[in-house]
Amino acid sequence: MLFVLILAGLMVVVVAWLVSMYNGLVGLRNQVKESWAQVDVQLKRRFDLIPNLMETVKGYMSHERETLEAVTKARAAISGAGGMPERMAAEGGMTAALGRLFAVSESYPDLKASTNFLSLQEELASTENKISFARQFYNETVMRMNNKVQMFPSNIIAGMFNFTAETFFEVEDEAERAAPKVDFS
Amino acid sequence: MWEQIAANRRKSVVLVFFTALLLVALGWFGGEYFWGRGGGPTGVIIALVVWLVMTLTAWFQGDNVMLTISGAKKIDKKDLPILHNIVEEMTLAAGLSKIPAIYVIDDPAPNAFATGRRPENASVAVTSGLLKRLSRDELQGVIAHEMAHIRNRDIQLMLFAGVLAGAIVILAEVGLRGMWFGGGRSRSRRDSGGDGGSIIAIVAIVLMILAPILAQLIYLAVSRKREYLADASAATFTRYPEGLASALEKISRAPDKLGSATSATAPMYIINPLKRTKKHMAANATSTHPPIDERIRILRAMGAGSFADYDRSYREVKGAKKGVIPGSALKEDGSEAAAPVREKVSASQREIARQVDDLFYKKDGYHRIECSCGTVLKIPPDFKADEAKCPRCGTRHKI
Repeated sequence: MLFVLILAGLMVVVVAWLVSMYNGLVGLRNQVKESWAQVDVQLKRRFDLIPNLMETVKGYMSHERETLEAVTKARAAISGAGGMPERMAAEGGMTAALGRLFAVSESYPDLKASTNFLSLQEELASTENKISFARQFYNETVMRMNNKVQMFPSNIIAGMFNFTAETFFEVEDEAERAAPKVDFS
Repeated sequence: MWEQIAANRRKSVVLVFFTALLLVALGWFGGEYFWGRGGGPTGVIIALVVWLVMTLTAWFQGDNVMLTISGAKKIDKKDLPILHNIVEEMTLAAGLSKIPAIYVIDDPAPNAFATGRRPENASVAVTSGLLKRLSRDELQGVIAHEMAHIRNRDIQLMLFAGVLAGAIVILAEVGLRGMWFGGGRSRSRRDSGGDGGSIIAIVAIVLMILAPILAQLIYLAVSRKREYLADASAATFTRYPEGLASALEKISRAPDKLGSATSATAPMYIINPLKRTKKHMAANATSTHPPIDERIRILRAMGAGSFADYDRSYREVKGAKKGVIPGSALKEDGSEAAAPVREKVSASQREIARQVDDLFYKKDGYHRIECSCGTVLKIPPDFKADEAKCPRCGTRHKI
């Protein structure tokens, strides 16, 4: 009798443990989704700011056709991107193109005096920051998810219920790594 | 993240629990002393009621009171786009779901604080002096520190611990006064109690003298620990510890003392708003914040922005064997794998200062005139004449 009770108690403990592990995995998967949504919001915001920027800059920087075209092309590449890896590469291209645009804008004092441009510049620079902070948090969440999926003992539960490792948002494009350091001060 | 927050708090919670025991002991022995044998439970109940009332008041009024006392004004994005952007950036870095409300205090002393019971209804407040002195990166470091307090649930914990210490101080004060003025009914009962009675009396007196001191020391120790943790978390958010370090340096060099801060609200601020850094003033045990030059040195020596780096740097600077970051946080440290390439962008400091000035001039009802020579005239609301002369070029403007 006592033996049966102990066994039953053990069973309850083990089941509770498994349930909490499963719930933890579900929670993490939702967090990964949510933190990706945050990255996505910021990427879209940048995408939407570009036409406004081009409109403001056009008149001042008519000699910088190539730089301006690079930004327009990067924007087209983003809307045309099919899968996730392609999209990430396109976003990287946009970061690089914008970096060049702002670097070049340094040599146009008229442009730098325009309040419209200054507020757009702050807006875009901050959006760029927001993208990288949201990405930082997303990658952290993905790492915790992947640790759970791959490490013992949670990997057993993960295998049983089809939890898979998520992909990091890496900087795919070499051009972004080499993006010029921009100092707006 | 939940595991990490839970572990961070465990030690602090143990300390707060110890303070709660102190409160119960104070109530028990005080009761035994004043009401004789069997008075203990009454004393405990009184102590708990005092504590409960204070906690409920603080819980439901705390953040409003603090924002009102400091004269903080709520701002939105169009008032100060840069500040709003920085707060939004740090909200993302901390992985919080909602941007805290942003307040600005018109005070030349540079300082900042966070308040609010839950991360969902938190607020951050910064002084105009802070906004005018710091660059964008430094401001980001300060906001990251405040965001860390919000995410680590420090505000809740410090509110709770502060009220507990406050209740003990009040009860001990009342008890000591009661003894001084005759000790109520206790005398006659105590005589009949014999030896046991006098032991209780001694314990009660010792408790009434020591408990408030002990409670405050615990409270301060918890507060200092949370500051180190918030600094470390801030570094993991921005991945740029130098921003916070140089902000702290600028803040500590500023001469002004914050007008609206009290000892109750002090631990919420980024640096102690009451004491200006005097080097050897028993600073360690009696301060809500660690010495500021020590915080700066740890941040400067950490190199990269992970918890492990902060912990190593803390041990180096303090010459301590034990670090300050809980093991579970170190284990979960994902920053090395996840560190993104970050472009450093800094908007002009003058631009921030100008926006802040405009904000307060507008709020105070000042009238703006832009002169053709580029000067901006700010006309106070009680200005009587109908013409104003530009100080630079002498042009007269109609008002």
